[in-house]
Amino acid sequence: MHEMSLMEGVAQIIDEAAQANGFRRVRKVTLEIGQLALVDPEAMRFCFAAVMEDSLAEGAVLEIVDVPGSGWCTPCAASVPMSDIIAACPNCGGYQVQATGGLEMKLSSLEVE
Amino acid sequence: MCISCGCGNDDAPAPATGAGTPDEHEHVGADGLVYRHAHRHAHGAGAMHSHAPGVTPTRRVQIERDILARNDGLAAANRKCFEEHGVLALNFVSSPGSGKTSLLVRTIAALKEKTPLAVIEGDQQTSLDAERILAAGALAVQINTGKGCHLDADQVRQAVDRLAPPRGALLFIENVGNLVCPAAFDLGEACKVVILSVTEGEDKPLKYPDMFRAAHLLLLNKCDLLPHLDFDVQRVIENARRVNPAIEIMQISAATGSGMEPWLEWLAREQAAVHTRPAENNDARERPQL
Repeated sequence: MHEMSLMEGVAQIIDEAAQANGFRRVRKVTLEIGQLALVDPEAMRFCFAAVMEDSLAEGAVLEIVDVPGSGWCTPCAASVPMSDIIAACPNCGGYQVQATGGLEMKLSSLEVE
Repeated sequence: MCISCGCGNDDAPAPATGAGTPDEHEHVGADGLVYRHAHRHAHGAGAMHSHAPGVTPTRRVQIERDILARNDGLAAANRKCFEEHGVLALNFVSSPGSGKTSLLVRTIAALKEKTPLAVIEGDQQTSLDAERILAAGALAVQINTGKGCHLDADQVRQAVDRLAPPRGALLFIENVGNLVCPAAFDLGEACKVVILSVTEGEDKPLKYPDMFRAAHLLLLNKCDLLPHLDFDVQRVIENARRVNPAIEIMQISAATGSGMEPWLEWLAREQAAVHTRPAENNDARERPQL
């Protein structure tokens, strides 16, 4: 359940952003989570309310934007979609696919007042 | 005023009070009835509006920061510190009971006269592992993560401050036994070493691919038990390479000491690489791709 630690990281970034941007309340938190990232979006939702309690993001809406996974298949010399980190290439069926996209987990924006 | 539904404009009555959420409106229509409705707001960047006196306008702030940015920053500082002091730091990861501590005890016995050794032990509770390591003859510090399922870079920084490993030391960081969470947290190590025992299944690399992708070396432990088990070594190697084609694999037994030589040679090579790496290239090393 490292999602709790990750959500504490989100809370810290929000605190820093509040100081830099001078807001006092967060209405909405938008995260971008890659399909191949080391995180379970549902577990992030589970942790959100608990971690944000008594913070300036208490009661905020959490929006998670899914970023599709993609990889580079060496035999095909082509970029291919990847549904999970050990997915076979949809063209050749081989496993020589290096993940190139959908690995991110970031706080993209906040709606604040 | 709300441009989505038009309520609050000059021709319409002011919204009634008592709306339950900021998205919810009440207004009196031309027919004299009170209409109450909610709608989603499509706000562009920087768009502001308010529905009623006393409601603060909202604005959008772009952040675009990696959630792991703080941990990664501390890990980069740890890595720089290790490299400046010629310390080879290895992050030992595995499921519980794979034999990490036994492997360290045997490794310490083999190397303690040759090189300074230090161990950071990560467990949820107890200092039992650190006591075993101290008895084996290495410096050791125990981190209890409590409810935590992994070590993070800040915990390692604090442990290194307490340990003060001598210049040129070999530092083993024994992570919490867990094949999931420690994969996400860079500690500043030179690389991750994953230990898998043959009493586990051959399909572990497929079930926990993130960890096997993050590791440079797989030590297949408890190989002395192979004659008694229905465990297909070739299959586990294929599975590990399917997840991580570049992973090195060694068969070993911490109990009997078989297979220790290639492991000790690997350690010597990695240590030599740390000692000969030019200092100006320190920042150029990237963390292993997760």
